[in-house]
Amino acid sequence: MARDFSWIRPEPWGIHVVPADCWIDPARPIDRALVTHGHADHARGGHGQTIATPETLAIMKLRYATDEGATPVAYGETLSLGGGVDATWLPAGHVLGSAQILLEHAGERIIVTGDYKRRPDPTCLPFQVTPCDVLVTEATFGLPVFRHPPVEQEVAKLLKALAANPERCVLVGAYALGKAQRLMAEVRRAGHTAPIYLHGAMERMCRLYEELGVDLGDLRLVSDATKDDIAGHLVVCPPSALNDRWSRRLPDPITAMASGWMRVRQRARQRMVELPLVISDHADWDELTQTVEEVNPYETWITHGREEAMLRWCQLHQRRAKALALVGYEEEDD
Amino acid sequence: MEEFAALLDALVYTRSRNAKLKLLADYLRETPDPDRGWALAALTDGLNFPAVKSSTIRNLLSERVDPILWALSRDFVGDSAETASLLWPEPDAAPTPPSVSEAVDALAQMTRANVMSELPKLLDRLDANGRYALLKMATGAMRIGISARLAKTAFAQAFGVTVEDVEEHWHGQTPPYQPLFAWAAHGEEAPSSEGIPLFRPFMLAHPLDETVVDMAEYAAEWKWDGIRVQLVRANNPEGLGETRVYSRSGDDISGTFPEVAASLPFEAVLDGELLVRGSHQGGPENDKTQGGAASFNALQQRLGRKVVSKKMLADYPAFVRLYDVLILDGENLRELPWEQRRARLEALMPRLEPEHFDLSQVIEAATLDELAAIRERARDDAIEGVMLKRRDSPYIAGRRTGLWYKWKRDPLLVDCVLMYAQRGNGRRSSFYSDYTFGCWDGDPDQGAELLPVGKAYFGFTDEELKWLDRYVRSHTVNRFGPVRETDRSLVFEVAFDSIHASKRHKSGLAMRFPRINRIRADKPAHEADRIEALRGMIRD
Repeated sequence: MARDFSWIRPEPWGIHVVPADCWIDPARPIDRALVTHGHADHARGGHGQTIATPETLAIMKLRYATDEGATPVAYGETLSLGGGVDATWLPAGHVLGSAQILLEHAGERIIVTGDYKRRPDPTCLPFQVTPCDVLVTEATFGLPVFRHPPVEQEVAKLLKALAANPERCVLVGAYALGKAQRLMAEVRRAGHTAPIYLHGAMERMCRLYEELGVDLGDLRLVSDATKDDIAGHLVVCPPSALNDRWSRRLPDPITAMASGWMRVRQRARQRMVELPLVISDHADWDELTQTVEEVNPYETWITHGREEAMLRWCQLHQRRAKALALVGYEEEDD
Repeated sequence: MEEFAALLDALVYTRSRNAKLKLLADYLRETPDPDRGWALAALTDGLNFPAVKSSTIRNLLSERVDPILWALSRDFVGDSAETASLLWPEPDAAPTPPSVSEAVDALAQMTRANVMSELPKLLDRLDANGRYALLKMATGAMRIGISARLAKTAFAQAFGVTVEDVEEHWHGQTPPYQPLFAWAAHGEEAPSSEGIPLFRPFMLAHPLDETVVDMAEYAAEWKWDGIRVQLVRANNPEGLGETRVYSRSGDDISGTFPEVAASLPFEAVLDGELLVRGSHQGGPENDKTQGGAASFNALQQRLGRKVVSKKMLADYPAFVRLYDVLILDGENLRELPWEQRRARLEALMPRLEPEHFDLSQVIEAATLDELAAIRERARDDAIEGVMLKRRDSPYIAGRRTGLWYKWKRDPLLVDCVLMYAQRGNGRRSSFYSDYTFGCWDGDPDQGAELLPVGKAYFGFTDEELKWLDRYVRSHTVNRFGPVRETDRSLVFEVAFDSIHASKRHKSGLAMRFPRINRIRADKPAHEADRIEALRGMIRD
């Protein structure tokens, strides 16, 4: 019998769980939303009820200043959504609080990965491989040219540039939720204990991470410091502030950016980056294909990203697969 | 090789000229011979490995990667060497990178018969950045904005010598330039440059913009659309002469234009525009005084070739339209006013074959308004614009305010609708940045269709490019390989220099030098221009 998994429907603005009438990461306000993680393109505000991990809900509260309708669910805890659908949140290894959502209905198991990676990250729990019938996977870096180097190598590059330029500073553009804190935690792990200076927009999220138990060391604000204080130090800002007037207050910054896109030279040039750091919170090509192999689903659905190449890979490996056309997910800053 | 790969990457990510100079100078000072000499040659496109072609890269990868995955990757990255460097399977053992000289030796020994087995051995010894550097070096396509002149300036900076001395001693030297390094780095005797045709930096013009000049003080010439060249002939002590053709950046392009290099019979330094014979540039008015020239497109067939076939020489015969004379029979004329140099130039014309040389005509105009009218009519002749040269100006290297101006024509403008988009190369890689646009073949409210009228990939800012890329992605209705068809909703104001009848396109039109002038997101597509309006702009 052909299996069509028609109880779950990908629509342009999210994934509809039909029997329970709720949506995963909907791009518009909806009565009941299941949210994978706190990035703004997945966790929008204004839903009637939002079910997510406590960390994700804390991040959303920080961003939208309300926790109305927030329903926390622990990793591994199973909720009955109604209509015969059970849902379980499993670690995805993307950012603090990020989850895959396992949906079970009429004996069928579907996992929506949300965004994920397979490498260790000191700020969140690792991705959990779980068997299922349909794997709905992201494909942000779904091209075989994307093979992220070890994070230690990129951190070493950053620390080397810092040490070589005591009169300058290294300004790293990093996504304000997740990437920035992971970068700081990795820099600390490499033994760098000096103060790290923050753009004002990063402060609250870093404080929240610390409240949730992630130690980021000595953090200070650029706005409280002089050029002399900052010389020879690491400064972290959102990518949008990299070439902004704001950076004029810094001592001759070396412009760096932490992103998987930095793998491609012209991408780094387009962003006026002098020191590209290939650090990503998304799975690279090897991790994506490894995950499909390990989970070994009956069918693979591929969402936002470079679906064509992943589809081709599935075809070459005799795997059933299709691409979903979801819109509204930003890719630029990772 | 790691240091060279790191230098190459740093040069890619560095925008400022001074910072590039420092990177290069540091590398040249700190790297031993002969690696630094080979690296310098590689950066200035001075190396040629005939066994390695860009098709070699494609073929090597097709044995290792699925062709569709290769095509999707190449399309995203926008550069074959970089795509290959990233897709190459990581070797199991830790890489043992070759030195630059080792790599150069190995590449030089490769033949077409063994390149497919030898090149992988080198690639297996490198990491991704090293593989990129190696493939760029092997195919001679660096394209990182290091001109010969910039390299010489960095060399001078590295060793505290003057760039004029470097220029003088460089000539006649071949990679890895060891006598040159011995002289600059270790104070040994300089290589002799006697009898070597040296490059002298060009005099350049400012845009006229709002400046008003008095035509009594300035002479006007056409601004021809070819490439600016300098011809230099010098005799060695035995009386044997050598002629070189230099491009604007000081690169020696004599090999690309041998017929031009062979036709200067006396010692001189001449400044002119290299053109190909044809009838595209220069209409009837100019035919009275000089032959027409072909379009820049025709000239492009000849550019960048290291070997020129007889057919090329016959199909696209090159000649130089002379603007100026800097040195003649050993006499330096650069201090003389332009008027006097012009008289000397006119006087020497009979000594040159008309097949390979003619004189850039001086335009008679008493006032700027009169010149503007002449300039506007020149659109029919596909000429870019005019040059204004102060009659008393000496020949000074670089761009000096008030001496020379360029005055381009205002472009023609039409509103077109975006139809197809493709990803760009180089700086625009991975963005949908090459746009095909069309105009209506009748009344759009009566069922008229859009026909493509041109293609453009510049004219917009980086911010606009990002916006356009997003627009294309979210308005795609169809895909044909790398090409996306959009929903035909976006209007561009397109600027172009002229428009011609063409059988190659379905619309019967071909634009010259089209670019996106403005994005008219406010304008509905059915208000874009019609084909008949464009046809009315033809002046063929």
